[in-house]
Amino acid sequence: MSNLTRKEVEAIAHLARLAITEAEMPVVVKSLSSILAFVEQLNAAKTEGVEPMAHPLEGQTQRLRPDAVTEADAHEKYQKNAPQVEAGLYLVPKVIE
Amino acid sequence: MSLHTLTIAELSRKLRAREVSSVELTRACLKRIEEHNKPLNAFLTVTAESALAEAGSADRQLAAGGAGPLTGIPIAHKDIFCTDGVRTSCGSRMLDNFVAPYDATVVARLKAAGTVMLGKLNMDEFAMGSSNETSYYGPVANPWDRSRVPGGSSGGSAAAVSARLIPAATGTDTGGSIRQPAALTGLTGFKPTYGRVSRYGMIAFASSLDQAGVLTRSVEDAAILLEAFAGFDPADSTSVNEPVPPYTTLLEQPLKGVKIGLLKEFFDKGLEEATGSCVRAALEVCRKLGAELKEVSLPNLPLSVPTYYVVAPAECSSNLSRFDGVRFGHRCQDPKDLMDLYKRSRGEGFGAEVKRRIMTGTYVLSAGYYDAYYLKAQKVRALINEDFRRAFREVDVLMGPTAPTPAFAIGAKVDDPITMYLNDIYTIGANLAGLPAMSVPCGLVGGLPVGLQIIGPHFAEAKILNVGHRYQRETDWHRRIPRGYE
Repeated sequence: MSNLTRKEVEAIAHLARLAITEAEMPVVVKSLSSILAFVEQLNAAKTEGVEPMAHPLEGQTQRLRPDAVTEADAHEKYQKNAPQVEAGLYLVPKVIE
Repeated sequence: MSLHTLTIAELSRKLRAREVSSVELTRACLKRIEEHNKPLNAFLTVTAESALAEAGSADRQLAAGGAGPLTGIPIAHKDIFCTDGVRTSCGSRMLDNFVAPYDATVVARLKAAGTVMLGKLNMDEFAMGSSNETSYYGPVANPWDRSRVPGGSSGGSAAAVSARLIPAATGTDTGGSIRQPAALTGLTGFKPTYGRVSRYGMIAFASSLDQAGVLTRSVEDAAILLEAFAGFDPADSTSVNEPVPPYTTLLEQPLKGVKIGLLKEFFDKGLEEATGSCVRAALEVCRKLGAELKEVSLPNLPLSVPTYYVVAPAECSSNLSRFDGVRFGHRCQDPKDLMDLYKRSRGEGFGAEVKRRIMTGTYVLSAGYYDAYYLKAQKVRALINEDFRRAFREVDVLMGPTAPTPAFAIGAKVDDPITMYLNDIYTIGANLAGLPAMSVPCGLVGGLPVGLQIIGPHFAEAKILNVGHRYQRETDWHRRIPRGYE
């Protein structure tokens, strides 16, 4: 499964919400294929009965805190970084006709 | 007397003895940056004005007698750490115009400790790279040979400290991004245990691997900085609530009886011979200090790189979905609809390596491939972790090289991602297992620095620092200065 087709790469790019230009496409197809071929060495490892490890520290559990407001409202400060804002709202192209 | 060659510990004594003021020291660093930064491309932002103001207030604190070991010490931050009111680009066009609205915890704690921030440092885009060549702002040059890379992703931090522009810098390490550049530029680079240092305000790459640390000119300096910013932070849900030992007071313990494991798999055919000789000589120094050496095998460790290149891209594809062109970051011109806005903003805002990793991650997490790639990698990760656990039942620390070769030429590996990825073959294991690890300079090959890596069990920062410090007391590799920067 390591040689990806252009069509497959286009599908991945769509899922990742990335526009890939015509000029970029051949390099992307080639390098993604080589990365997938490279990681296929993992198939050689014997992993029957091994629990997948998602966190490097054992016995750590996610902490809970009281459900209370701890942050002050700073939306004006945060929205200074937004490309387009109006009346405290983020603007995007029309979604519903 | 040249202030720029001194360590934090030495500068701190001078500041408290009032032999030099923080304003004088800050001006001296700013002058060094002015003179040397351009060909190095280490600093992306220099905050001269606020730095002098901070230095002034440090001097008042020094005069009043309430100064700590970091009061008045100039430093700079990798541009991955949010700095309130100062641009935080993460080396990306995506965040070229992003002014952070708050300080990262690491930044805030170092500020509270009295450090003076001189600016923000170049890095591989979103910390994805091993050579600092993926930065939107161009490559960073290695002060030891400006035609070579400084390593990455904390390449700007490494170049700035190595060239004696600043005494120390922060960095982050997801697969070796502190240790490998430290090795390639002759510095001490420390990556603490996963969860030891807060990641609040540190732009996320791979959340089960990322950790903040430092690049310094001595182990003692690393201990001073770590003591100031390690420790629990309620704002980071992965931060661990364990007390922080007084690292600086534990540096001098003798090495007699300390058990050092030589990582058999690290002395493989990929290790350049002369680099290997430097590392073996360093091990011999430790043996003469009374440490016991023992070869240790971690059979699954050679699978670290392929494991990482499934796990890290998977996590990055999810973390970087926040860059949508709506709330912050780059937005494309005239989007025709919302989908077009997302795709073109991200397509234009991210560079080639970041897009490659997002797509790799998207693929390995997608329906039908999740088990074959992602779940398989998480199982191999468990095997690697178990290898380390077994090793630490027999030894106190593990040692080996940090990188397989000294610094390579700029442009040498950019066209082949796999060759580039293999440069992190010795550093990635510690990230997968969440272990603390450090690189210290242990020799020169063809005039280029080589690093010795010391890896310890979870929360064994003090032991690693102790071993590294005792080694530096016997050697002077960490005091070598690249030509032209004396």
